[in-house]
Amino acid sequence: MSVIDTSPVTAAADPNPPQRQSRARRPRAVRGSRPGWFVYASLGVVLLAAIVPYYWALLIGSGDSSTIRNTELSWIPGGNFFTNAAAVLNNPAVNFWTGLWNSIFSSALIAASVVFFSTLAGWAFAKLRFRGGPWLLVFVVATMAVPTQLGVVPLYILFSEIGWTGQIGAIIVPALTSAFGVFWMTQYLRQAVPDELIEAARVDGASSFRTFLTVGVPAARPAAAMLGLFTFVTAWNNFFWPFIVLDRQNPTLPVALSLLQSNYFVDYSVVLAGVLLSTVPLLLLFVFAGKQLVSGIMQGAVKG
Amino acid sequence: MTTTLQPPANPAASAPDGPPARTPRRVGFGSKLSAWDLKLSPYLYISPFFILFIVTGLFPILYTGVISFMDWDQIRGSGTFVGFDQYAYVLSQPAFWDALRNTFSIFVLSTVPQLIFAVFIAAMLDQNIRAKTLWRMGVLVPYVMAPVAVALIFSNMFGDQYGIVNTLLGRIGLPGVGWHSDTFASHIAIATMVNFRWTGYNTLILLAAMQAVPREYYEAATVDGAGKVRQFFSITLPSLKPTLIFVVITSTIGGLQIFDEPRMFDQGGTGGSNNQWLTISLYLYKLGWGEWNFGRAAALAWILFLIILVIGAVNLFISRSLVRDEGARDGLTRAQRRAASRAAKQRLAAESTGKGARS
Repeated sequence: MSVIDTSPVTAAADPNPPQRQSRARRPRAVRGSRPGWFVYASLGVVLLAAIVPYYWALLIGSGDSSTIRNTELSWIPGGNFFTNAAAVLNNPAVNFWTGLWNSIFSSALIAASVVFFSTLAGWAFAKLRFRGGPWLLVFVVATMAVPTQLGVVPLYILFSEIGWTGQIGAIIVPALTSAFGVFWMTQYLRQAVPDELIEAARVDGASSFRTFLTVGVPAARPAAAMLGLFTFVTAWNNFFWPFIVLDRQNPTLPVALSLLQSNYFVDYSVVLAGVLLSTVPLLLLFVFAGKQLVSGIMQGAVKG
Repeated sequence: MTTTLQPPANPAASAPDGPPARTPRRVGFGSKLSAWDLKLSPYLYISPFFILFIVTGLFPILYTGVISFMDWDQIRGSGTFVGFDQYAYVLSQPAFWDALRNTFSIFVLSTVPQLIFAVFIAAMLDQNIRAKTLWRMGVLVPYVMAPVAVALIFSNMFGDQYGIVNTLLGRIGLPGVGWHSDTFASHIAIATMVNFRWTGYNTLILLAAMQAVPREYYEAATVDGAGKVRQFFSITLPSLKPTLIFVVITSTIGGLQIFDEPRMFDQGGTGGSNNQWLTISLYLYKLGWGEWNFGRAAALAWILFLIILVIGAVNLFISRSLVRDEGARDGLTRAQRRAASRAAKQRLAAESTGKGARS
């Protein structure tokens, strides 16, 4: 920004002596200058702190059961990671592969559904006028403050009544839409689509749904991508409700992980190898889409 | 539905007989249908959310209220009305008060340092650093790890006997801490897990707010001779207040529901031998799916909800007075500030009338 300010064009267009004078001492002090070592050192420490737990999991997860009792610390991973990993993958009590598949399947389905329904509802709230619209939007936002805990008992009763306890459907169905998603898409579409565009589509004789498809959906794409990412990560990491409603035979990954910390396993090498394995899929996702995730958080904050 | 709308529009337009100009033509069948389309479709679009919310959200919430007044029978799937007995039971349990204390303690221990760190890191990231995106992504790395996984790793690091933290403490000559026996120590350990996962997330939110602060403020401050630290406290921090309030409220709602980390902190998952790290959510799980007493669990769920509402209201009250306080401190409301900057711009434009209105 400061670059624009000091650009010759602005300076020339704005014949302004005071500005010219201050320009002399500007360049160094203004935030355009590169920061010193302190900033990089602090950020380096932060980055280190972010990675240490991962590395710790690798350190223990690649040792044998005696590593954890070894008070002489070694910072070099041992050679047992694949043995430990195999112990998790092949253990019938953990159901790791079922958990992995369930997590992928449910998170993807939830993300796709939330994106679709949120875009649809967000379009209505942002761009269509209808009686009660603003009021209903307030209602949607208000539901965000309701804790999950408030609904779990009847939900559990409901699902056990229809025989869905232990079924992956029990965690998918309640998550198919999200209040946050509706709010997010409403905020985005409100400023992303000029009203003239919709009017033009109307004049051309497009039906309401066709307008949505041809005008709304393309405009919503960036926000939809971020919402999808977020929903996926949240669904993937969700634990409270899956832990209640699913059982050992048919877990999601976090539920399977929680089984590691039980009487079955006292061997921390195996436990942490399993933990590391379970984070690999999301780390991969992060490598490919981390940039999007970052800008999503930053964008959501500005508008939220 | 969509496709059928298109064709009728044309026959309808040509149906009215001949010349009479445009106005009558508009009230054809097609336009009537499209008027319907316009009126009805918004409701159609929002209905999936509301239908699903009513079934999996609203109904359970209300039904939790009903169950909380009952002695629920698992086998028959029905209950007998017992009035406020379940509430009285829950409130009379020492475990509930332990859980309440622990929840608040963990919440404070995780929110306060987290925000301080987040503001600091955001300020670092707000500099004109190289490889911006890379640093931002790095900060977010912990966020993609599941809370359960974080809890497993950290509860290992905070092991009472062989944990790395105690080993390192021993290295510098300090006695080991009973992370799984001492109440306060366990709260610190659990809060550390929360902080690990969420600091980066909050950092990015705060960073976004920082970048929204007009750079002219900093330039003006620099011209006036204010250093980086001074600029941070006089410009950055006050501008962050709304975002800080937002972050505090969201982390309050999340923090009061904490379950994953305390549940995974030890092998038993019951919150410690003396309820050292039993939280409200964990207690709810114990009542509902440990003791299979849904009436009591439902009552606790409502109590939790009321607590969240009260804290939310208190938060709002405090934050509002904070904002007012801010206005009082530098003597300018936002409107005044805006007016001042407008005046300054005009002054610069006019350039001849430099009558020190600033001082």
